[in-house]
Amino acid sequence: MTIKSLITATAIGALGALALPTAHAQAEGLKVGMITTLSGGGAGLGIDVRDGFMLAVNQAGRSDLEVVIEDDQRKPDIAVQLADKMIQSEKVDVLTGIIWSNLAMAVVPAATAQGKFYLSPNAGPSQLAGRGCHQNYFNVAWQNDNLHEAAGAYANSAELKNSFILAPNYPAGKDALTGYKRFYEGALAGEVYTKLGQTDYAAEIAQIRASGADSVFFFLPGGMGISFLKQYADSGVDLPVVGPAFSFDQGILQAVGDAALGVKNTSQWNKDIDTAANAAFVASFQEAYGRLPSLYASQGFDTANLLISAMDKADVKDADAFRAALKAADFTSVRGAFAFGDNNHPIQDIYVREVIKEGDVYTNKIVATGLSNHADAYAADCKM
Amino acid sequence: MTLPLFIEQTLNGVQFGVMLFLMAAGLTLIFGVMGLINLAHGALYMVGAFAAAATAAATGSFILALAASVVFAAFAGVLVETLIIRRLYGRDHLDQVLATFALVLIFAEGTRWVFGSFPLFLDKPDWLSGTVMLPFGIEYSLYRLAIILVGLVVAAGLFWLIGRTRVGMQIRAGENDREMIAALGVNISRLYTLVFALGAGLAGFAGALIGAIQSVQVGMGDSVLILAFVVIVIGGIGSIKGAFVGALLVGLTDTLGRQLLPMFFALFMEPAAATSTGASLASMAIYLLMAAVLILRPKGLFGGA
Repeated sequence: MTIKSLITATAIGALGALALPTAHAQAEGLKVGMITTLSGGGAGLGIDVRDGFMLAVNQAGRSDLEVVIEDDQRKPDIAVQLADKMIQSEKVDVLTGIIWSNLAMAVVPAATAQGKFYLSPNAGPSQLAGRGCHQNYFNVAWQNDNLHEAAGAYANSAELKNSFILAPNYPAGKDALTGYKRFYEGALAGEVYTKLGQTDYAAEIAQIRASGADSVFFFLPGGMGISFLKQYADSGVDLPVVGPAFSFDQGILQAVGDAALGVKNTSQWNKDIDTAANAAFVASFQEAYGRLPSLYASQGFDTANLLISAMDKADVKDADAFRAALKAADFTSVRGAFAFGDNNHPIQDIYVREVIKEGDVYTNKIVATGLSNHADAYAADCKM
Repeated sequence: MTLPLFIEQTLNGVQFGVMLFLMAAGLTLIFGVMGLINLAHGALYMVGAFAAAATAAATGSFILALAASVVFAAFAGVLVETLIIRRLYGRDHLDQVLATFALVLIFAEGTRWVFGSFPLFLDKPDWLSGTVMLPFGIEYSLYRLAIILVGLVVAAGLFWLIGRTRVGMQIRAGENDREMIAALGVNISRLYTLVFALGAGLAGFAGALIGAIQSVQVGMGDSVLILAFVVIVIGGIGSIKGAFVGALLVGLTDTLGRQLLPMFFALFMEPAAATSTGASLASMAIYLLMAAVLILRPKGLFGGA
């Protein structure tokens, strides 16, 4: 069930190369290994990252960029095997693609220790932002806490004073509640850790009802969020809900339906960010894949463009120059302004979005800026 | 904790238990009659949910969607039984586990191939949305109440089928002595297909009912399958009555554990630590229950009769 797809950019790149006959500085070429989740639960995220990444690769049309894609099945042991294989037999220069923080923790430190570059299109565990940071590790999405911190800041501005907060009982869940509490100034009506992968939230919703809260914050990525929202909407509890974008991305909203309408969620990207680069990205993604891009797709797209911008400046064989070229982040991010902090994590705006319905399609629109030029809380611990 | 909250949580536990029973009933029958460990039972649950979501999207009717879930899951069950599982009855359990696990993977990737990787939409009908007021001022979801009622009706029907009809008699006889009922002229392979279809149909029905309040996605049956195995081990493998009691016990233990354990630890621990410890222990609660039952009655509550 492992899907192996070896995609050389030559076929599509041939056309692009004709259109863009600029001589690239490097004849050597660069090989990227993408390890991402393409089967099992959570495959939608990996597929979006892959599609966003490949869209940018195809648009660049470079014959010197080769991408190898493998499926980690959301299993850390498989991700580690794939990384070894890519480093040792495929001889990739750059690794990317991992969605889940526990998989990133298993792969990234070993890969960067072997002198490979790793560009994260999604996972941003606090360990890799703080003491465990590495000069070859670049996060193009966010540090895990960021969107939750913005949700906490939004809760203050919306004058929410008594939140009930819940997240799954695993490291990213704890990061989420920590992130929310770091910025949220009100009281807590309750704090609940649910089982990872839990699908029935009747017991938690009953507690919310009995708690006297004035709002609910939750971090339940993927199917967990769909289940929670549908059951919450049907429970008669009518408190405002705040959450990070993970439970409200384009892939999930259609399955939630009306239950999500009006919910405020925080994201570093949305399809209505008004820049030429973003408009072009949304249009070309829709044309290529026949669906609206999600924030994961935007992260994959940005990751590829960051890589390509570095390729334009330096050869990957010259690690120091290539690292400096990556750090400069000299590309046009679809989310607008983008820069790396000292720990190679983004400094960016995080927006508050509201779930709306456009015609028949559920999607988001930006209603406010949650945090401006936001960096993560762990940068001070990073000694590079 | 107030009385209304306790009653609401008890209802939640019963609703969860009734759903588990629909899954566990088929699993325990298939094991009891054919001696087969069927890991693919969760895949049939998923087939039911996807069939319901596709039908609801095409016709807009929830009733039709429920009917489609039973028909498609039962049909998938018949197909799988006649093509593959029939060859496994004589083999040992390890071969059965291997083959049915392969089926889990085939169903998962096949479903992804047909429906894509993104979750599908399936919602309850308008006439089952919203809440009802119960005595003691309890506001309860109408749909969950309906699930409890439907589940109890199906359970009653199943007890009638097993206990009072000719087919039920053959099923019970098949559990006791396969060779003998074959010798008495019962078409044993047709009986096996029938039992498998019945179990599959119930699993598909559960998938559709639950799919309306959860997410219809590939792999949705996996976690339910594990719980269903816990249920039949607690209840005693092969016993429908055991599956019913086991399902309610697991449902109540899980739901009330999630509510009560964090409160219990909060009596003598820091709030944050109590939440975290309580949550961890609550997710273990049903396995502790299973261990306790197995220590006291190694064959389960109603097993080994």
